[in-house]
Amino acid sequence: MPSRISGWGRYPWIEAQIAVADTTSAARKHLLAWPDCIARGAGKSYGDSALSQNVLQMTPLNRILAFDADRGEVVCEAGVGLDKLIDAFLPKGFFLSVTPGTKQITVGGAIASDVHGKNHHRCGCFSTCVNWIDLMSAAGEIIRCSPQQHPEIFQATCGGMGLTGIILAAALRLQPIKSAWIDQKTIYCRDLDAVLAAFDEFADMPYSVAWIDCLAKGACLGRSVLMVGEHAGCGGLSLPEKPTATIPFSFPNGALNSASIRLFNTAYAWVHRRHAGESRVSLDQFFYPLDGIANWNRMYGNRGFLQYQFVLPRSGGADGLLAILSAIAGMGMGSFLAVLKLFGPANRNFLSFPMDGYTLALDFGIQPGLLPFLDRLDRLVARFGGRIYLTKDVRMAPWMLKEGYPLLDRFLQVKRSIDPHNRFRSLQSNRLEIA
Amino acid sequence: MNLLIAGANSDLAVCLAETFAAMEKPANILLASRNLERLEATAKDISIRFDVPCKALAFDALDYESLPGFYAALDPGPDWVILCFGYLGDEKKAEQDWAEAKHILDTNYAGAVRFLEIVAADLEKRKTGGIVAIGSVAGLRGRKSNYHYGAAKAALGVFLSGLRNRLHPAGVRVMTVLPGFLQTKMTQGMPLPALLTTSPNKAAALIHAAWKKQKDIAYIPGWWRWIMLVIRMIPEKVFKGLSL
Repeated sequence: MPSRISGWGRYPWIEAQIAVADTTSAARKHLLAWPDCIARGAGKSYGDSALSQNVLQMTPLNRILAFDADRGEVVCEAGVGLDKLIDAFLPKGFFLSVTPGTKQITVGGAIASDVHGKNHHRCGCFSTCVNWIDLMSAAGEIIRCSPQQHPEIFQATCGGMGLTGIILAAALRLQPIKSAWIDQKTIYCRDLDAVLAAFDEFADMPYSVAWIDCLAKGACLGRSVLMVGEHAGCGGLSLPEKPTATIPFSFPNGALNSASIRLFNTAYAWVHRRHAGESRVSLDQFFYPLDGIANWNRMYGNRGFLQYQFVLPRSGGADGLLAILSAIAGMGMGSFLAVLKLFGPANRNFLSFPMDGYTLALDFGIQPGLLPFLDRLDRLVARFGGRIYLTKDVRMAPWMLKEGYPLLDRFLQVKRSIDPHNRFRSLQSNRLEIA
Repeated sequence: MNLLIAGANSDLAVCLAETFAAMEKPANILLASRNLERLEATAKDISIRFDVPCKALAFDALDYESLPGFYAALDPGPDWVILCFGYLGDEKKAEQDWAEAKHILDTNYAGAVRFLEIVAADLEKRKTGGIVAIGSVAGLRGRKSNYHYGAAKAALGVFLSGLRNRLHPAGVRVMTVLPGFLQTKMTQGMPLPALLTTSPNKAAALIHAAWKKQKDIAYIPGWWRWIMLVIRMIPEKVFKGLSL
């Protein structure tokens, strides 16, 4: 029976055949029976990277298989959620080495997206803490790949959007921690120069991220609130119980418009200007503020939304940010959540997103004029030598992919060698002609 | 406690294993089911996350001859047994195909009886622990959509009440669990009313709480008692015309 599914952005929706992988054998059976398919985890990728006519649902493969406390190494199936890892290992004094802004994703998804966190400038991407991956190839064989063993397959699979095979299991290195709390410092920055300078000033802090008011214009362009943090040394290893709010239904289309976003952004900036300083917050508050609001994607109405995340290399990046922020403020297409981060050096994975420079993530409700506007931004991003994050993408054109990812050909070589008939594909890979 | 869960691959069974592993320390947990590929990973997962010994065992409730040997080989013998296996089956098919009907009756009733008699004899002798068995509100009134399953669960309910009566003098408890709609593999794709549907996690917590309170019969969640009271009070003359 076909089901109607979408990515986290609720755009687009498609009818898909969904098969449940509750064992490795079941995964193989479905894979071999279908002409093509894509693996899907928690469905939190914003765009169309886990949408396809045949979808292998990996969440039932959600068991932790081994744990070595001396090395901090956990072996788990691909469908394990990051939340499950945190619940299991935080009480034992371990935390993820790299975590994105939600813990409601799976390990398989984190690897396929090679996700990054607030510590990219110090620790790199999720793949940095992956010791090995068990990957099921198009022929149904299980290949164990790691930086030492089949390194090319490893480099193609981390960040490879599930197009090299089905990630079945992985070994991850966790970091030892002493506390479930984060010592946080909040710095109000009146414009773009100020926030970029503040990033450099606090480059030694393990975690940093800035919220940016993308509707602020003129002298206030780039007005931001920078948050930096480090693991506290005390406070215990258990998290406080936290109530979850729920957005129970879709907001009317356009409820988040430039007026309401401007109001929110101004209030947010004002509050943080008044309360800048030091505080101690829980891991949940620091890393996963939006996980406290279930179904927040419904705020964008039934038309859905998309996230536009790009990175610009550090040289010329400040000018590029200025140009892009001016374009956004000029269009009045404000983003409710705009996040600015400083990245460290790129890794060796062929399609991994981060590079040494600045990344900006913006949410936009689907609205008339948005897609041509983002095409315009693409050209700016390309002109400044940047690229778009595949995990958030739902609309870029093949030329933009080629422009941003110079190792695409090496990725394709590896994909063709282990998936010669292009059985692993998604709406995204079809659109971007990754075959 | 030494806990044996029979039919441990079901979603509810896994949640029960997690709940008891978290709440009843020290616990030693045995998971038994047909599909060992799935079960062994679950057993590792539970032993790592809750720091309890947890083992996977091959078990087939329909292979009646194997059951005494299976139980005798358990070392240490369990003091609590949770019976989770069940088979909803395809009602329409069962009406025309005796093999399907028999499978429903054998799994939900005959297999349960065969296994629980073995468990009961042992616990009665040892005067310890007890049995928790998952029935169903479907066994409280026959409906056209699942009356083969309902009838088998109804028979199981009567069996459990007799067993409870028998084991009471030995101090051995028997708890009948009557869950309403659960979001599980068994009901995947069925159009269940969201308001009346419970997650297996929540159901496991409620079952554990009822077990702590030493209940004989536990509706999961509790308000199903009142829904079923109303449904059972509808006169048959009226009920036969309804599509509930």
